[in-house]
This record gives sequence, structure tokens and C-alpha cells, in this order.
Amino acid sequence: MSNQGNRQTPQTGRLYQFKLVLLGESAVGKSSLVLRFVKDQFDDYRESTIGAAFLTQTIGLDNNTTVKFEIWDTAGQERYKSLAPMYYRNANCAVVVYDITQASSLEKAKSWVKELQRQADPNIVIALAGNKSDLSARRVIDTEEAKAYADDTGLLFFETSAKTATNVNELFTSIARKMPLDQLAANSRGRELNRRLDLNRPPQNNSNCNC
Amino acid sequence: MDEQYDVIVVGTGLTECILSGLLSVDGKKVLHMDRNDYYGGESASLNLTQLYRKFRPGQEPPPELGRDRDYNIDLIPKFMMASGELVKMLTHTDVTRYLEFKQISGSYVYRDGQISKVPASEFEAVRSPLMRLFEKRRAKKFFEYMQNWREDDPSTHQGIDLNSVPMSKVYEKFGLESGTQDFIGHAMALYLNESYLSRPAREAYERIILYISSVARYGKSPYIYPLYGLGELPQGFARLSAIYGGTYMLDKPVEEIVYDSNGQVCGVRSGDQIAKTKQVIGDPSYFPGKVQKVGKVVRAICLLKHPIPNTDDVDSIQLVIPQNQVNRKHDIYIASVSSSHNVCAKDYYLAIVSTIVETDNPEAEIKPGLDLLGTIDEKFICICDIEKPIEDGCKDQVFISCSYDASSHFGTVCDDVKDIYRRVTGKDLVLKQRLRQEEEQREIGET
Repeated sequence: MSNQGNRQTPQTGRLYQFKLVLLGESAVGKSSLVLRFVKDQFDDYRESTIGAAFLTQTIGLDNNTTVKFEIWDTAGQERYKSLAPMYYRNANCAVVVYDITQASSLEKAKSWVKELQRQADPNIVIALAGNKSDLSARRVIDTEEAKAYADDTGLLFFETSAKTATNVNELFTSIARKMPLDQLAANSRGRELNRRLDLNRPPQNNSNCNC
Repeated sequence: MDEQYDVIVVGTGLTECILSGLLSVDGKKVLHMDRNDYYGGESASLNLTQLYRKFRPGQEPPPELGRDRDYNIDLIPKFMMASGELVKMLTHTDVTRYLEFKQISGSYVYRDGQISKVPASEFEAVRSPLMRLFEKRRAKKFFEYMQNWREDDPSTHQGIDLNSVPMSKVYEKFGLESGTQDFIGHAMALYLNESYLSRPAREAYERIILYISSVARYGKSPYIYPLYGLGELPQGFARLSAIYGGTYMLDKPVEEIVYDSNGQVCGVRSGDQIAKTKQVIGDPSYFPGKVQKVGKVVRAICLLKHPIPNTDDVDSIQLVIPQNQVNRKHDIYIASVSSSHNVCAKDYYLAIVSTIVETDNPEAEIKPGLDLLGTIDEKFICICDIEKPIEDGCKDQVFISCSYDASSHFGTVCDDVKDIYRRVTGKDLVLKQRLRQEEEQREIGET
């Protein structure tokens, strides 16, 4: 929230910023998807999320449009149903992840979608990601079944592999393309002007008393 | 949960969540539990359903109040001082990035039956009806003295040792009238009673300077406030803790604090599970036998459909009613925020009137405050004990926080955090700027 101002973007044109939240059962690969998307890395033995749960990544949609995702990871707070309302607050888009080798994880994903519909902005763009598509030999969730659910519910749908990078960029790019850019820009612009105080701004020194 | 932790924290109030965050950043393995299914404990902001469940069990919120999700109603009325310690804790831990803040539009004081704005600039001070012309000149000299005072430069002391001379003598030296003293001591230094007058002036000096530098920060008033209510603060620090490996369990009854044969804490039991630990931190409600009552606060949470009358129709204020204006020993505070802070539905205003209880009829004690609000749509009264731990926890390693007091901002909460941190870790809290490991994309700005 400290990045205000009028700095130039790499492309000339408009930059839109969105808050994207990740949801899904523990160990389905939420953090790995983000790590692949943001840093193009993968770690087979990645521990549960620690230390860096707020990443940003930008996507150039065309010469005039850049979308910046501010990505919130659950930081493990989903494990005991202890995600704070703050997490859903002002989220513009969500990636709900399940693991194609774990039957229960799609059911969990469905309940997270319900939770989003209850708690988040009604216009939120939701994508369903069936992760670990590289482990096809252990697949227990049919592509067709998940796709049918996603279509019925109005979700974007991809089967992804954070390990091989399959469909990871496609997932985030298609979210960016589905965002109602003009409408959101107008809203968020008004909000910024009105509200944000930058607490990191150094104090004005008109009274020389910074005790 | 059957694991070994370094620290188990019970209750997700602000004090507990800041500590949980700081200790997790230090590398401690933390388990954080709350009996409620929401974050914040006594420092939560509740939606309508939660509010009615707490104050009017069995009764549904009236539909005309609007959507549940539009409400985030604080239980404890406090604002943040723009230059205060909590802002430092937020910026140094980088928790600010989870939150958005807005200024409180004005700070007001009640005197002789009238409400006046506490001047936030020299321009406002010149026009203020609070002082007459000659008194304004004397007050100007007083504030110049305060702002120029340097401990290590005796030439700025004008023969007064702030570390030993009582505040009453300092007022006397500058010839300030009692009305001006009232305004400085209660609306700026934010003392709740008159006992500060006989104590060394240094503390009042610190408070006055904090007020002045906080006003200078953003302009309208010394206070800022998080959008969506104060309950965002504990959530933000809980997220910090979780990011550094803290485990969170809400809706988890804490049934027993378990001690070993030496009387030292060794675990916390919930149901038939026991989580093992070396230290426990928690709020007073989890330790009924280990805390003492030191006072009572009465708070009236009021829903209004209009700004508080005679306050320039602004969206948020603090109003101080100094004790001697209404023949009391303690001041009455009114803290008001509105839909522009995302705490209630559009066109609604929230006002919390509070004071320290002095009689058997607490509700009558806040009447002078309630009378200033105009028509009140809904009113919820709570009378809370202020509790403190009996022991400091060094013997049994159970560290209990203090209840949220009647003060107007988070100064005492931060003092409690630092004090508990010192007792838990054996060292002073040094706020270091948290490393941003994930910065590489952030240099791209917005247009």
C-alpha cells in the first residue's frame, strides 16, 4: 500500500491493480502455483507456507494494458478454518485450487467457492485450478466432472501443474482478461484519492518535535 | 494440536495478536487459539448478527439497519495516534500493507455547555472561542516552551525542571487559566482525571508533544482509524504471525491450563487434546483466578442516522467532556465514526460514549454524553470490569495482559505489549524494519 504516485509503467498505457486471493485445502499446491507464476520456480519439498505470503506480479495484456496482481496466500490460516474476514476484503479475484489426485480436495474447493460467494465482493472473478496435472497416473478427479462444475458455477477452469509450469501463466492471464477493467479502475481510483493514508510517509517537520 | 510449542497464546485481542506476530517473527513456534469463532476478543469489530448475539440474545437485527456485512462495530472505542507507538509497530512489521487508514476529522471538547473544536492549526487557534485574546498569547508562550524544550539544553528549560516540578506549577508559571488547563490536560494530554497536576510535568510534556506531532502528521486531528474497524488490527498482526509459521485455531474452547509438578505451565487442554508449551500468554478472560479487578468502564454503543450535532457535520470525531464540566472525577469520551469508515451502512453513524464508573448507576453517569448525540436509533450498553494480572508470570510462565482501559488511544496497549514481551523473552522489544523478501516486482508503480 506504499506504492502510490505517478511513476511510469514499462509500457505506456494503463496499469490496473487487483487483489487476488488463493484458497483450497492444505497441500494442494497453492503456494507452488504462485511461486511458479511470480518467480518461475518450483521446489519439490516445499514446506508449508512460511515467510512470504504477499507477492506481486504484473502481466502485460497488450501494449496499452498492464495488470498487476497483489497475491495473498492463506499463510496456513485455512487449515483450522481460521481465515480472517480481512483476507476476503476487497478481493477482486480468487484462485480456488484442488489436487487432481485427492478426491476430497474438489469437495473442499466447492466449499471455498461457497465461502467466497458469501463473504467476498459479488463481482469477484473466480478461477478453479486442478493442480498436479503432471501426476496423471494418480488422477482420481475427472477433468470433465470438474469442468462441468466450473461451467455451472461460472468459474474459469484450468488443470495446472506448478511443477511443469503447465497452464500456470494461462490461468492468471485469463483471469486478467476477465476483469472488468474500466469499471474497476474508476472505482479504485476514487477510493485511493479519498482514503489511503500512507503511514510510511515520513512526518512533516513543521513542528520540530519528533520525540 | 498435540505438538510442542514455544508459546501458546489464548485470545485473539490486539495485545495478544501483536505479541503473537512479534514472537513468530523472532522464530518462536506459536499456537494461537480463541474460544470465539471470530478474531479480536474484546477488541473485535462485530457485524450485526454478532452484535445482537452478544447484547440481545434471541433477538434478530431489525431489517432496516441493512446488510450484516456492512457493519463492523467496535466494542472498545479507541483511535490511533498518528505519531504513536502502534503506528510504529504497524510500519516496522509491515502490517500496514494489509490495512487502509483514514483520518478522524476532528477532535472536540465540551466546555460551559458548548462544543468547540480543539484547534489543529495556528489558524484555527487564532479563531478558536476556547480562549480570549490575552489567554491565547499566554497559551502560545506555553506551547512554544513545550516544543522548544530539550532535555540536554538547559537554556530551553527557563528554570523549570520538568522531571521534578509538578504540572500545576508549569501552568502557574505561564499564568494559564483553569479553563485552558482543562483543555490542555484533558483534550490534548488526554488525562482522564486531575491526578496528573501533582505529578512531575515530564509525562504531561510527552503527552502534549505526542498530540502536537500527531496533529502535524496529517492535519485534521491527531487520530487515524483503520477502514472496516479496529478489529482489522488484530487480524493484521495474526496474519503476520501466520506468515511466520504461527498456527491459528478459532472456535476452540480452552478448557484447562496445565501445570507441571513445579507449578510451571506445560500445556493447554482443549477437549481431550493437550498442546505442550513452555509459556502461555492470554487475556484476563481466560484466567479468572489469576487476575484482579481494578475498576469498571461503562460504554454505550449508539447507532445514529446523523452526525453528532454541533460538530460541523464531519464524518468522525472525538469529543472529550472534562470531568469538572459535569461534576465528575473522570472524563466522559465520545468516539464517533461512520459509513465512510466502512463500519456501518450508508448514512449511519456510530458513537461510543464511555467513562470510568464512579457510582452504582453507570448508565446515568454517561447521560451528559448521550444528551449530546441527538436522536439515538439503537443503544447497546456494556459495563466491563477492568482487570489486571495479580502476578507478573515469571514464576509460572503464564503472562496475562491487561483489559482495554478507558483511555482514548492505544498508548497503554503498546506499553502492555512491550512489558509482556520483556517478561516473555527477557529482552527489550526492538522494532526492526521487517525484511521484504518479496519485493522484486514492487518497484512498478501505479498510474
